[in-house]
Amino acid sequence: MAGFEPSAQLQRRHRKAMFFSMCCATVTWLGTVLLATLLIQVSIEGFKWLDLQFLTSFPSRFPYKAGIKSALVGTLWLISMVAFISIPIGVATALYLEEFVQKGRLSRIIEVNIANLAGVPSIVYGIIGLAIFVRGLGLERSLVSGALTMSLLILPIIVIASREAIRTVPESTRHAAFALGGTRWQTAWSHVLPEAFPGILTGIILALSRAIGETAPLIMIGALTYVAFLPEGPMDSFTALPIQIFNWVSRPQQEFHELAAGAIIVLLVVLLTMNGTAILIRHRAEKLSRNPR
Amino acid sequence: MSAVHLSIPASIRRRRIAWGEGIIKTLLALCTLVSVVTTAVIIFTLVDECLGFFDNVSPVEFFLGTRWVPLLEPSSYGVLPLLWGTLTVTFGAALIAIPIGLASAIYLSEYASMRVRSFVKPVLEVLAGIPTVVYGYFALTFITPLLRTMLPDLHVFNALSGAIVVGIMVLPTIATLSDNALRAVPDNLRQAAYALGATSYEVTTHVVLPAGLSGVMASFLLAISRAIGETMAVTLAAGATPNLSFTFQESIQTMTAYIVQVSLGDTPAGGIAYQTLFAVAAYLFVITLLLNIVSQFILNRYRETYE
Repeated sequence: MAGFEPSAQLQRRHRKAMFFSMCCATVTWLGTVLLATLLIQVSIEGFKWLDLQFLTSFPSRFPYKAGIKSALVGTLWLISMVAFISIPIGVATALYLEEFVQKGRLSRIIEVNIANLAGVPSIVYGIIGLAIFVRGLGLERSLVSGALTMSLLILPIIVIASREAIRTVPESTRHAAFALGGTRWQTAWSHVLPEAFPGILTGIILALSRAIGETAPLIMIGALTYVAFLPEGPMDSFTALPIQIFNWVSRPQQEFHELAAGAIIVLLVVLLTMNGTAILIRHRAEKLSRNPR
Repeated sequence: MSAVHLSIPASIRRRRIAWGEGIIKTLLALCTLVSVVTTAVIIFTLVDECLGFFDNVSPVEFFLGTRWVPLLEPSSYGVLPLLWGTLTVTFGAALIAIPIGLASAIYLSEYASMRVRSFVKPVLEVLAGIPTVVYGYFALTFITPLLRTMLPDLHVFNALSGAIVVGIMVLPTIATLSDNALRAVPDNLRQAAYALGATSYEVTTHVVLPAGLSGVMASFLLAISRAIGETMAVTLAAGATPNLSFTFQESIQTMTAYIVQVSLGDTPAGGIAYQTLFAVAAYLFVITLLLNIVSQFILNRYRETYE
């Protein structure tokens, strides 16, 4: 190889490529480090407040007595109601659009409509919830208002994820069911839906975790920031974890910021568990689809 | 099969199934209608309240007025300071998120090993799933104090901190979506370029990026539209002072932050302050809708398809 000497230009090009790849890698890892900073910083400030008393006390003017009991219970109420409303409607919409409707102009319009709904800022949903549910239907600042608003917000996410999952079910499955005399619904219910289930579940979990963290729509419909009681029914007023966090962060005292960090840890643990489950389900589904039974 | 086993004649059974099938189909259609009705309700409510608002305030004052003092006398309803606040934060966020997000996407799709990818991708997804109020906390308790050690005359609430945190927030969107777009570019294009003696930099910038450009652009627009609609982080970081000057150091107010500010107070229904909520929200809705439509258009129109 003694005869080969790369020209100065070639060397320059390779140096440039080297530099470029280094830049891209550095920047990516920088982002990852940033996430780590955020998590560590929150943990350091919040951990000392995390104990049983924090989880089982009502909010208070005194940081040492304050806790997230009402916020935690409110979030549980809210998310159960949202799941109850949005999952059936969302999955039904996806099934209808994928299995029952002829692909044409109408289905295209609905598709674009849902894609656009998914891009509407959450605070606009909050305003609609305020105008329609709180004021128009007279549901007041109740759990129902919050749950309905939040359901509208995550409905497009569930529909889009479910449709994508349903679309991955191979056409041969449907043909086999039809060939045995199955109707559309029988095919959809007993063959398409089970096969699309992992994908749909992943979408639902991600949508619900979005609903758990959303703050702006709840502030709009007037979830209370100071609640020293537990909601007993869907018509009660309530608070939720993100609202409690917002309330504590917007106070000037350092102690309340640390309380907020404590509540953030609780919120993130819930969300990470949900996200982790979703990723796990998808991972298993991918494995299964690579090596079919 | 003999008729003895079936108490009901097959023809009636079939009719019943057809009946049930019809009912189910109607039910599913009704569920689908929810989404359509939602859109109609959003547009109707916003338009309705806006008409009420424009009875009291002239559109010229709203769109071109430079003072936003809706809650105090003498009141003034020029939305430009709010729009300016939103644009300042969005511009700053884009300046941070677009280069970093694109570089991460290129790294993930062109350079990273499978192991690194399978680690970084889920991390990005988790980042994308963190609630915005948490980012607000991060801005207020970490980014702002850090910036103030470097820029001593920075206010506690400032546009710079808001822009940075929104940039961090939309970064995962850009990185994941651009990565998907770049990975969809078929490998034989890369191999052809390498075979001609191109370096990895040349392959990326001259072959892969142009081929995946529609997806990359769409991810930028989606991120910008999210930055415009972002609420909690900017409310916490950037404050609540409508401000029409070119500043990153002072407190500003975005359109979303104004809506939060009003709804935190107890505004009676029907008053003009209540109506301003809908006017600002409608403006916000139109802007984000336009951006989303443009991004869908780019995706559909300029997508390069390879078989």
